[in-house]
Order: sequence, then structure tokens, then C-alpha cells
Amino acid sequence: MAEAKAEGVKEVHVLWISEGMSCDGDSVSITAATQPSIEDVLLGLIPGLPKVHLHNKVLAYSLGGTSKWGGPDDFLAPFRKGLTGELGPFVLVIEGSIPNENIDGEGFWTSFGNDEQGNPRKLTWWIDRLAPKAWGVIAIGTCATYGGIHAMAGNPTGAMGLADYLGWNFRSAGGLPIVNVPGCPVQPDNFMETLTWLLFQAAGLSPMIPLDAQLRPTWLFGKTVHEGCDRAGYYEQGDFAKDYNSPKCQVKIGCWGPVVNCNVPKRGWMNGIGGCPNVGGICIGCTMPGFPDKFMPFMDEPPGGTISSAITGVYGKMIRKLRAITNETLNKEPKWRHNRPELTSGYSPRYPQRKGAE
Amino acid sequence: MTTAAAPGKERKLVDMHWDPITRIIGNLGIYTKIDFENREVAECQSTSSMFRGYSVFMKGKDPRDAHFITSRICGICGDNHATCSIYAQQMAYGIKPPPLAEWIINLGEAAEYMFDHTLFQDNLVMVDWCEQMVKETNPAVLAKAETTAAPHSDIHGFKTIADIMRAFNPFTGSMYKEALHISRVTREMFCLMEGRHVHPSTLYPGGVGTVATPQVFTDYLVRLMHVLDFVKKVIPLNDDLFDFWVDAVPGYEEVGNRRILLGCWGSFQDPNYCDYDYKTMDAWGKKMFVTPGIIVDGKIVTNNLVDINVGMRILLGSSFYDGWENEQNFVNADPLGNPIHKSHPWNQTTLPHPQKRDFNGNYSWVMSPRWYDKRSDDHLALDTGGGPLARLWSTALSGLVDLPNIKATGSSVKINLPKSVQLPEMEFEWKIPTRSNTIERDRARIYFIAYSAAAAIYFLEQAMKEVRAGRTKVFNDFKVPEEAIGCGFHEAVRGVLSHHMVIKNGKIANYHPYPPTPWNASPRDSFGTPGPYEDAVNGMKIFEENNQDNFKGIDIMRTVRSFDPCLPCGVHMYLGNGKTIKTVHSPIFAGSAK
Repeated sequence: MAEAKAEGVKEVHVLWISEGMSCDGDSVSITAATQPSIEDVLLGLIPGLPKVHLHNKVLAYSLGGTSKWGGPDDFLAPFRKGLTGELGPFVLVIEGSIPNENIDGEGFWTSFGNDEQGNPRKLTWWIDRLAPKAWGVIAIGTCATYGGIHAMAGNPTGAMGLADYLGWNFRSAGGLPIVNVPGCPVQPDNFMETLTWLLFQAAGLSPMIPLDAQLRPTWLFGKTVHEGCDRAGYYEQGDFAKDYNSPKCQVKIGCWGPVVNCNVPKRGWMNGIGGCPNVGGICIGCTMPGFPDKFMPFMDEPPGGTISSAITGVYGKMIRKLRAITNETLNKEPKWRHNRPELTSGYSPRYPQRKGAE
Repeated sequence: MTTAAAPGKERKLVDMHWDPITRIIGNLGIYTKIDFENREVAECQSTSSMFRGYSVFMKGKDPRDAHFITSRICGICGDNHATCSIYAQQMAYGIKPPPLAEWIINLGEAAEYMFDHTLFQDNLVMVDWCEQMVKETNPAVLAKAETTAAPHSDIHGFKTIADIMRAFNPFTGSMYKEALHISRVTREMFCLMEGRHVHPSTLYPGGVGTVATPQVFTDYLVRLMHVLDFVKKVIPLNDDLFDFWVDAVPGYEEVGNRRILLGCWGSFQDPNYCDYDYKTMDAWGKKMFVTPGIIVDGKIVTNNLVDINVGMRILLGSSFYDGWENEQNFVNADPLGNPIHKSHPWNQTTLPHPQKRDFNGNYSWVMSPRWYDKRSDDHLALDTGGGPLARLWSTALSGLVDLPNIKATGSSVKINLPKSVQLPEMEFEWKIPTRSNTIERDRARIYFIAYSAAAAIYFLEQAMKEVRAGRTKVFNDFKVPEEAIGCGFHEAVRGVLSHHMVIKNGKIANYHPYPPTPWNASPRDSFGTPGPYEDAVNGMKIFEENNQDNFKGIDIMRTVRSFDPCLPCGVHMYLGNGKTIKTVHSPIFAGSAK
């Protein structure tokens, strides 16, 4: 695969399995992406990208995985070819959390197709075999990246993220770590942009994708919600919303924005529209490894935030007062704008002026 | 439906399965036995094999977290869950949001219906009806379509029926691409109201956090007006296509046909009436802008939400759960004194018990929701008709909705859409059909896009009235009581949705959401009542022109998709054997299940 990288691959398959414990919300989310859109990528509208063959259950032409093993109509055929190496280079996308199948006896929590005996084939069977053969592996959404909702305290399935399952030091056939794109669901363009980077990388046109310790693309998750939030100015002035009617900073009514890695308030949800605290929705930390338990109950003030907001409350009030004075000044026009028969802007005209203007 | 072969006669059946089936949300496998000599589906079973456990891990959590968590049940209509959860919470907390908040939620939900129906119909369902597919399954029908003029080509611009089919070829067809675009614009409208799609950020019990300046409503209105041309085009376009199939393929109206047993739990609250008090739920339920109702053989059994609630039963089938007969009862009677059954969602305890799948024993993660009809002592296996069919049917029959641009007439629903960029003002009338079949489920979906658009225009006017009058409050504060119960009734995009909550010591003691798919895909229950898919597919004629060797199963897949299956609903199902067939020999394709 090292050679493939140097030369660049011409065609790439995307094997997308959404049979992790999920709501399929990430598959749905990417149909909202425009930067780039899924059809931009599939129809070859991004210069330099390899030809992409997408195998995703929601968007497939095939009617389903069929009994005709490997036949042309069989949705599962490319996945089986991925097992044997017949497929060529592929990116494996896993959506949904990985259940602990060691704790369910002869049962199962989630499966993808059947084995030769007609029994459900567990998702973990596929991951064990496909992940090491994949050029790259992407975990999409917070369930697949860190466990998410299904991994909350009191869950019966022992759910976890893909890196917990494969190991945080896992390397794909292309020499890449797992690439995590969290979000519940994933912000549409965040995923498409990550996929595009990887496709450029497969084509030999971009270097190794920059990832942080939690395996997130650094340019997408390097800043906090608060740093990109248009309500952060209220925080600075110690001016906090007391309930959800207020357009001010929501940290006292449940917003975790100052300590959550996510670009949504900056980027908007789609086409720059929507988001979270920027449009009145508290940040519940849905991109974070600690989601959801460390953020619950969601509608209470984050316990760690009281000290910093108290400090801001003191100096912020003073800043607000001073700014109010300046703001009042700035709301008045300069005094030389008038319709009196004289010019008071400071300009000295050399042309003769009308009588009476002197 | 009955099978053509005489009972007891030996039949040659072929196992065919599709697992997972594509172009739906979630995990569904369809297992059939096909009688190719008689061109008939002898038997259909469906299974989904995933357990997620919402009702288990919600216990003990803060009740205010319920909508944030339950939104995550579904990745395409999670906001329906969030909304339904908020309705249930508001009943439990005894609060009512300011009117503007209700209009904002109605606008968000209207955009959700428009988005979801468009994406599902045009990008997922229609691939089954597109030229590429019909060429592979029914070349004779395609040949006929090439020479059949489309009756409404003046509106939608496609000359022949085959041109319409071509427009839905995936990723290349013009309607396929336009639908993807429209699904984005409608999602932007959704995000203006509810923050983000599909798990909203701005919904709270007591109201919303949406910043209700004129800007969000203007931004919504402009987008809505730009979507109207598409809406006006797709209705005649779908009518042309579906009418063609019924004409060109005699008997096609029998595909996916089942007894008319429809349920609708109502949608879009009217803040002038809705106070979330259980005791007056009958009255405010009837003021919803989509009328709730249970329809049996074409007649309304009830449109009272209290009756609907009290009659709910969750039956344990052959599933991977243990029964809860010996568990505690949470609610003995509702606030009106009606006794609440042990198998009602308020009293359910979910006890998962994973085990090996055994089709003769326990084979599923499902329980079967039913509605108890005290008149006949039947546990009715209601379906939702994929959502829109039941919503339009119930609204039309009740005849209660009367808006400037939507009128329920008793036998139809009239929808008026104003002038848009390319097309003039137009009126559409959805008439109650004679059948509850695959084509009518798909056709109703398109009409409900227009219904939602027309309703959104009304909601916008109401919202702007509030804003112009300076009534911009969108949230009322509340306290979570130590002990309370609540229920919410709503329409998820694909049909009935209910959330039932019990609060004890200020925490969730019990929480059970019942979304549409368990109703639609439920198995034969302990009373022997078959589930809707089973009804619709068993004994179904095959119209696909292919023989056994290149069989695709298109008629079966169209039928299953017409219900808009959405499996992440967290409940998993298996369709039990509908009938016993004497099987002599089943030639099986290499590698198939035995």
C-alpha cells in the first residue's frame, strides 16, 4: 500500500457499514453536505480525487444483500470482496457503537448479513476482518468514535467506540490510525471534508491527515465551541442568559461550549444555517469522548463553570459599563454632519463661497 | 390475502432473502419463500437484529434529559422523538409553552416532513421505480412507458412516463438530483427553527431557545416559497407514474394491499387549545392540525387521544425479552380514572435476554404493539400506511381541519398552494382511496409534502402575528415534580409516535417510546393476529418479469419500502410464519440461508 500512496490510486471503494448501534443519523447527515456534496464526490467533480465507488445501505441502488452470493445485485458482494482482497483499495467507514459481544452468550447485539449457516453475522466479525485490509478506517459520529449514547451508564450492551474495540494504536493497511469524526450526528461538511482529505491522500496528493490525540482532524476540532460562538461576547461581559428566552451566553443554563471541541457555532449546521449555542441550543458536548454522561443533566449549569463565570461576572460588569459609554458615543454621528449654511468638517475650501456662508 | 394454491397441495418453494435491505433507515432483513410456478410470495418473514436498549438506560436519569436522549433513537426523524418527548414532559411538569414556541415547533416539524418525505420518496423509494430498475425487472412495462404520454407534462415537463422513470435514475436523473437539493433547502428551514438536523439543539420542555426575531421567519418563508415549485411538480408527476402502473399492469393495485387498519396519533398542536392537561386531551387532540384517529375498514373507531392511549397494548411475542408480569405496576389508572393495563407502555418493564436466534423459538428483539378494540375484544394490528396515508385518511374522515389553505371535507383533503416562481396558485385534492396498498402509501407521501407546505404557510402567519405584537417569549420555566406521569402523542414522519414517562423521586422511573415501525412490522402476536407487513406481502402476486434465476424481488421490496421502514426505532422485529405450507423441496441458491 506504500507504493499505492506514492503513485496514487485511481479508484477507491468506500465500504460503509452502519450496522453499529446507531440511528443511521450520520448516513442521513452526509446527504445534507454541500462542501463537498456526496454527488460532487461520486460524479468526479473534485479535481484530483480518485474515482469513488460508494457502498452505503441508505444510498445503494441494490435492493439488498441477497441469497445470490456475490451476484451483481448483492449489496454485500463488495464487502465480501473486501475480505478476499479482490476489491482493490478501500476506505472502511463504521457508523454506530460497537457492542460487547463477549457478554451475550449465544446471542448477539447487532449483525450485518448472515453466515453460511444462516445465522446473523455479527458486526464485530466484519470489523475484525475488514479493518486490517482497509487502506483507511473512518469512525463516523460519536457512537462509532467513542461509544456515545449507547455506551451511557446503565447500558445493557457494553457498547464502546471503534478505537476502544480495535485498539487506539491500530493502523490500517495504508498505515493510518483510525480517523475519528465525532458529532451526534456528524456535522455534514465535517465528514465530507475529512473523506475528501483522505481521498486526496490516497491519490498521493495530500500528506498524512493531521489528527489529535483523540484521532480527530485538528483543523475541525482544534477549537472550542465557545471560541467560535457569537454569544461569547456576552460571556466576556459577564452577561448571562437566565433562561432560554434570552439571546445571551447560555453557560449558566447548561451550555458546555467553553470546554467542548467542536466547530459547529462557527460553521453552522449546514450552509451556515443553524447550530447550537449560537442559535439558542445549549452545547451538550455531543462530539466529546465523555458524552453523554459527563454532561448530564444537560439543562443544569456545568459545575466546573461556576468559578470562571463568577470571575467574569465581576470584571465583565465593569467592561460592560465602560463599553456602554463608548457604545453611546459611537451611536452619535460626528457633529460636522449638518445642513447649516457653513462647513465645519475642518476642510478649508479655496473656491469662492456663496455670500452668507462666510 | 389468500394464496392461490389450494391448501395442502404440495408447492415448490424457493428461499429468497434480502438482508440487509437497502434504502431504508436501520437494519432489516426480509426472508421469503417464493412459488415461482404460481408467481406468488408464499411466505414472508422479516427480522432485524440489533438491540440498543433506550428504555433500559433511561431509568434513573433526569427527566429533562429525555428529549435529548430519545432524539438519538432515530437518525432521520429524531426531532419527532424530541418533540414527542417534550409533549410528554410538559404533561408531567404541568406546563404550557408560550404560543410562539408552539408555532416554531410546528414550523420545524413541517419542514421535517417536507425534507424527509422528499429524501425518502425521491432518493430511496423511487430508485425501485426508476428506468434503470424497471429495465431490469419489467422491460415490457418500460417499453409501454416509452410510448405512454405523461398526462401532466405541461406542469412537470416530462413527455413520457419513461422520461419520468429516467429522471429518478440514482445520482444522474434530474429529479433525483433536484430532490437532493430540495431535501437540503428544507433541512435549512428545519435548522432555522430547531437548530440542527436531525437531533435538534433548541428544543426544551417549556418551549424553545430559537431566537424569535423576524429574521428566522423571513429566512424560512423565502426558502419555503422556493420549494413550492418542486412540490407542485412532484404531485402530478407521481400521480402520472402510479396511475400508469395501475393501468399498464392489471392487478398491480393488489401489490401490498391489506385490510384498512390505520392509526394516526395527530400532529401540529394548536396553542389556542392545547394545555397538555391529560384530562382535556380529547378536546385539544381534536384541535391538532393533523387529526388523530383509528380507522378500521374505512370507518373512524375513535379520534379521541384518551381512548387511543388507554387502548395501547404491548404484547410479548417470541422475542429476546422476559415478560414483566411479576414486575411493579407504575400506573393503575389514568388521571381520568380509566384503568391502565399491565401491558400498557406506562407499565412495561424491558428485560432484554440475548440468546441464539431460533426461528422455532425466540427469534427477535421485538414486542408487538396492538390497539385493544373493546367493541370486538380484538387486539388490532394497526399500520400507519407509512405515515401520510393514515394522516390524510384520518384528517379527511374527521373533517375537522379547516385552515385558509387546507380543508378536510369528510372524504378528501384540499390543499391550496400560493403562486410561486414558475407556477401559479394551485389546488390539490387528496381523495380517500379504495385500498390501503403499496401505491397509495407512496402516493400519499407526496401529497403530505404539499399538506406540510400549506400548513407551514399558516404557522408562519401565526408566528409573525406574535412577533409583530411583541409577544416574543418562547420559553416558560418549570419545576420537575417528585412524582408524575406524562404521555406525548405525535406523528413521526413514518407514522404514529408515543412517549410514556413515569417520574419517581424526581427521576425517570419508566420511559417507553413507541414509534411507527414496531406497529408496521410487528409479528403475529399471542392472539394469532398477523402484523401489517405479513398481511401485505403474504400471498402477494409477483409482477416482476424475471424468472427464478435473475429474480430481484422488486414487488416485495416496493411493498416493504412503502411502509417507510425505520428500524433504529430501537425495537426489533420478526414476522412470524403467517401460515403453514407443506414444502416438498426448496431449491436453494448457493450460499443462501437454510
